[in-house]
Amino acid sequence: MTTALLLPTAMAGVTEATGAFSAAWLLVALPMLGAAVLLLGGARTDRWGHWFGVLASASAFVVAAVVWVAMLGLPADERVVDLHLFSWIPAGAFSLDAGMRIDPLSMSFVLLVTFVGTLIHVYSVAYMAHDTSRRRFFAYLNLFVAAMLLLVLADSYVLLFVGWEGVGLASYLLIGFWNHETPNAVAAKKAFVANRVGDLGLIVAIALIFATFGATDFVTVFGASGGAGEGVLTAIGLLLLLGATGKSAQFPLQSWLGDAMAGPTPVSALIHAATMVTAGVYLVVRSGPVFDGAPTALLVVAIVGAITLLFGAIVASAKDDIKKSLAGSTMSQIGYMMLGAGLGPIGYAFAIFHLLTHGFFKAGMFLGAGSVMHGMDDTVDMRRYGGLATLMKITWVTFGFGWLAIMGVPPFSGFWSKDKIIESSFAMNGGEGWQPWVFGLVALIGAGITAFYMSRMFFMTFHGKARWSDGHGGGATDPDAPVRHPHESPGLMTWPMIILAVGSAGLGGLLGPTGIFTSWLEPVTGHVEEHEPVLSVPVISVVTLVLVAIGIALAWRQYWSAPVAVVPPRGSLLTRAARQDLYQDQVNDALLVLPGQVATRSLVYGDRTVVDGSFAGLARAVMGTGSVLRRLQNGYVRSYAATMLAGVVALVAIVLAFRI
Amino acid sequence: MPATFPWLTTLIVVPLVGAALVWALPGAARRFARPVAIGVALLELVLAVVAALSFDTSAAGTHQLTETHAWIPSFGVSYAVGIDGVGLALVLLSVLLTPLVLIAAWREHPDVHDDGLPVIGGSRIRTYVALVLVLESFMVAVFSARDVFLFYVLFEAMLIPVYFMIGSFGGLQRRYAAVKFLLFSLAGGLIMLAGVITLYVHGPQGPQGFLVDNLVGHLDMSVSTERLVFLAFFIAFAIKAPMWPVHTWLPDTAEAAPVGTSVLLVGVLDKVGTFGMLTLCLPLFPEASRWAAPVIVVLAVISILYGGLLAIGQENLLRLIAYTSVSHFGFIVLGIFAFTSVSVQGASLYMLNHGLSTGALFLVAGFLIARTGSARIADHGGLQKVVPVLAGTFLVAGLSALSLPGLSTFVSEFLVLVGTFGAHKAAAVVAAFGVVLAALYILLTYQRAFTGPTPERLSTLPDLSVRERWVVGPLIAAMLVLGFYPAPALDLVRDPATVTLQQVGVADVTPTLASPSDDGSNQ
Repeated sequence: MTTALLLPTAMAGVTEATGAFSAAWLLVALPMLGAAVLLLGGARTDRWGHWFGVLASASAFVVAAVVWVAMLGLPADERVVDLHLFSWIPAGAFSLDAGMRIDPLSMSFVLLVTFVGTLIHVYSVAYMAHDTSRRRFFAYLNLFVAAMLLLVLADSYVLLFVGWEGVGLASYLLIGFWNHETPNAVAAKKAFVANRVGDLGLIVAIALIFATFGATDFVTVFGASGGAGEGVLTAIGLLLLLGATGKSAQFPLQSWLGDAMAGPTPVSALIHAATMVTAGVYLVVRSGPVFDGAPTALLVVAIVGAITLLFGAIVASAKDDIKKSLAGSTMSQIGYMMLGAGLGPIGYAFAIFHLLTHGFFKAGMFLGAGSVMHGMDDTVDMRRYGGLATLMKITWVTFGFGWLAIMGVPPFSGFWSKDKIIESSFAMNGGEGWQPWVFGLVALIGAGITAFYMSRMFFMTFHGKARWSDGHGGGATDPDAPVRHPHESPGLMTWPMIILAVGSAGLGGLLGPTGIFTSWLEPVTGHVEEHEPVLSVPVISVVTLVLVAIGIALAWRQYWSAPVAVVPPRGSLLTRAARQDLYQDQVNDALLVLPGQVATRSLVYGDRTVVDGSFAGLARAVMGTGSVLRRLQNGYVRSYAATMLAGVVALVAIVLAFRI
Repeated sequence: MPATFPWLTTLIVVPLVGAALVWALPGAARRFARPVAIGVALLELVLAVVAALSFDTSAAGTHQLTETHAWIPSFGVSYAVGIDGVGLALVLLSVLLTPLVLIAAWREHPDVHDDGLPVIGGSRIRTYVALVLVLESFMVAVFSARDVFLFYVLFEAMLIPVYFMIGSFGGLQRRYAAVKFLLFSLAGGLIMLAGVITLYVHGPQGPQGFLVDNLVGHLDMSVSTERLVFLAFFIAFAIKAPMWPVHTWLPDTAEAAPVGTSVLLVGVLDKVGTFGMLTLCLPLFPEASRWAAPVIVVLAVISILYGGLLAIGQENLLRLIAYTSVSHFGFIVLGIFAFTSVSVQGASLYMLNHGLSTGALFLVAGFLIARTGSARIADHGGLQKVVPVLAGTFLVAGLSALSLPGLSTFVSEFLVLVGTFGAHKAAAVVAAFGVVLAALYILLTYQRAFTGPTPERLSTLPDLSVRERWVVGPLIAAMLVLGFYPAPALDLVRDPATVTLQQVGVADVTPTLASPSDDGSNQ
């Protein structure tokens, strides 16, 4: 069975921006202005800076809503709009204009980023209330939002790259926000450098795109991609994927994500839900016309996604740090999206759909984790949580919505989006060969592990016995139990969590079964006939739910009904490996860091002794003896002047000799 | 196109007169040496901007504001000046950096220093600022010279002020560094001298026998002679640039020189090397340039990676910046010898942007060192909390060194890589690893100097003063503006790149798929 693909992107035609669309540049400009005012304004803006930051992000959301309504007013085949901005790099053969691609795909991201981003801004007003650098924090948040919006709105790969690296910068600044602690600074650097390795792939991809198409804007490239050879398209696709693995923390460039938890918790929410890690998925889906001609590259995308979804889920199951467990979860969920994108046109829309629902429930859970930490004196060790459900009711319920959504329990959002990816995996390759079975099973098993680690987290945090003491005889009886004063967070924090929980509950059911979202994306992803999976859909759904139930049951037995050990048990080989992130850092150290350090040290030594040494030797030889050199070094200025004079005299003499 | 007003000569003479004026100030007025010098440098900046206004950017590929006068007609030497877009960009860079360096060097007290610190003050400041002005004059002249002999004389003459600026005003190892700088430069200069003379002999000769325009395309020499003469010029330029493996003078120089000197030396003077490759080597010796290009491309790629790795391994902030420049000059040379219109434009633009970026980095590093009294990175730590503005400007300058998009260096590095890729895929891919190394050497340095716990002795340092902010502010503003809107700079280098390719006789690469819109543009 072959994919019946109608309406590929480039054929859809591009509408020139008019009306509300002409204001789309404000989407990037407003948060950028926010960042600029807060950074340049300095301490003068301390008093109102955080609210100014909220305003900048919220006004971007308002613009996004206006543009969205304008787009809904257009017929589907005119919804790919280009806003020309200015001539950016007029370098002769390489002539590039800056412009914005406003279409259903970019608008999906814009709405997600500005809406969830604004909620995170509001939450941060309270969360960061006691931080003396709150203004700077909001400046970086605004910068983050601006860069992400530029990334998704760019109409060429080069302008996309500006947003791409801008996101990297913003994450560097935010992960290292508390960089007076060295580990946080190291984590920030690690994130940027790992991202740069991916960016290297993107740079070379752009170079190859330009060498092939003579342009880097989407209209030209996608319009001509049909005429390029499969070899070239495969190379471009793999290079783009390298970029995507860096930004989206996919295997093998995933190692920075766990350490990135060094940033304040709202940053994690922003990185994991709205900005940053979703960028890789965007890049692959946006580049659909390239991948359409590169089935091998697409298969590699699916493989990377499948590996990462298991990798992240296994790591998440072993971590006792609530944020690190959530980080593993994000890796795994983005792995699902990558897998979806790797399925080609049948999966693009589902990948983006899952990205959207994930944006809500993951942001909600990160903010929930922040709320728990807020109430637990910044502890992140879940082995010292327990029994918080009654003390932090709003956090408990909203987190619970996220928990149900990510596990894919109907009718919560994740059910509609993740099941679609699992189903489509079973229909991969037209339902033929080994692929549908392998990828389908991986996606299925991942769902079971997801249920286990999320339930583990939920039960360890909110249920079971308290493993902390309130200092007045309440809580744990264990004499070593740390004293905590859990309490519900203020309204500025809980309201964003409540709104996100509503999204986690209802968004999927609203957009999924109704087909609203897939048809909304059709102008970009094309219309795709659904395939028959190798197993029938009801069977897949039932098996998935059974696995989820088993995952929950296992977690319940181990982390709710039985007491949770406050000291982690030794655990199996796999558990110990998972606690160490499956030895990712050790592997990187052995393969890259150590050889790099050896090379650097030996080069530094060689530069002194061999390269510079040979010139010193040459100089000594020329001067005859070392004493002359020493005398020269003593600074007899006149001798240099004399040397130069001699040079000029010699010059004149030679010239005269040649003339005569 | 003869200029109605001798703009370039004016720009060459004004700083010289200023230097004489500063030098001749009577005893009581000597404390005004620096304000006078700054005034002269600002006047020069204004004059250069006015001169630039009479430059026709639509004809940036031709030399404008030209003046030609006989100088030593019996040797074929003329005083001939004129600038194309690339020359104008570098002249503007020179006259922008000079006043900033003079303002940055504003320290009233301590005289010289036995602690290895590049601090200049007291009575000797008069000499220093006069030397800076002399150097400014030479810089403008060398980028304007249209006579090979005049170029050579300036190429050598520039060494004199720099030599004294390092040797008399530098840090602990200043004498060693100054001599090393001089010996390397003189060695290159002597080899070049042989080339200059051979050039004349094989040229059309006559009273204007050294004019570049008379030499280009009129050299009557065998293939092997052309290659030898090319090498004579190239080696001199490679030492100046500095390229691996003749780069070792730069780290020692940068470590010992006053930072203001390093700004001018690395930011502007070293560009004479790549400027010479671009405007002399390529047009004069097209066959030899094509012959040598593969080897030079390899050397350039080695420079990029080698400079990056060495930078990572440095303990001294100033040496580190020097090695980053070795890496960046590798990009410039790569772009020049990749022979595509895109790569050559990238390289030309890189010369300008690198001046802004490295200038800012050296200046902020200088501000830092002046406060902490040490250039050793390990002597710092946790300073972001103490001096946030200094830390922020250092980070921005560093980000421009790692070519972050949005800052001007990105556009140039990107064009070099993309342009080179069309001609030498492997070289471009390997060179691209430089971007990862750059992230490491900048962020590792920032981590070590500005993050982590603050040592007690550093906890009361003052942040950047208003004067210091005015020094780095314009550079950061220029980097941002040219990052988001590089068109004005590209307008200067676009046509010269086309002219250069024609002179070298290389056809530009074309995309493997013909673009559907055949107008040669993207949109």
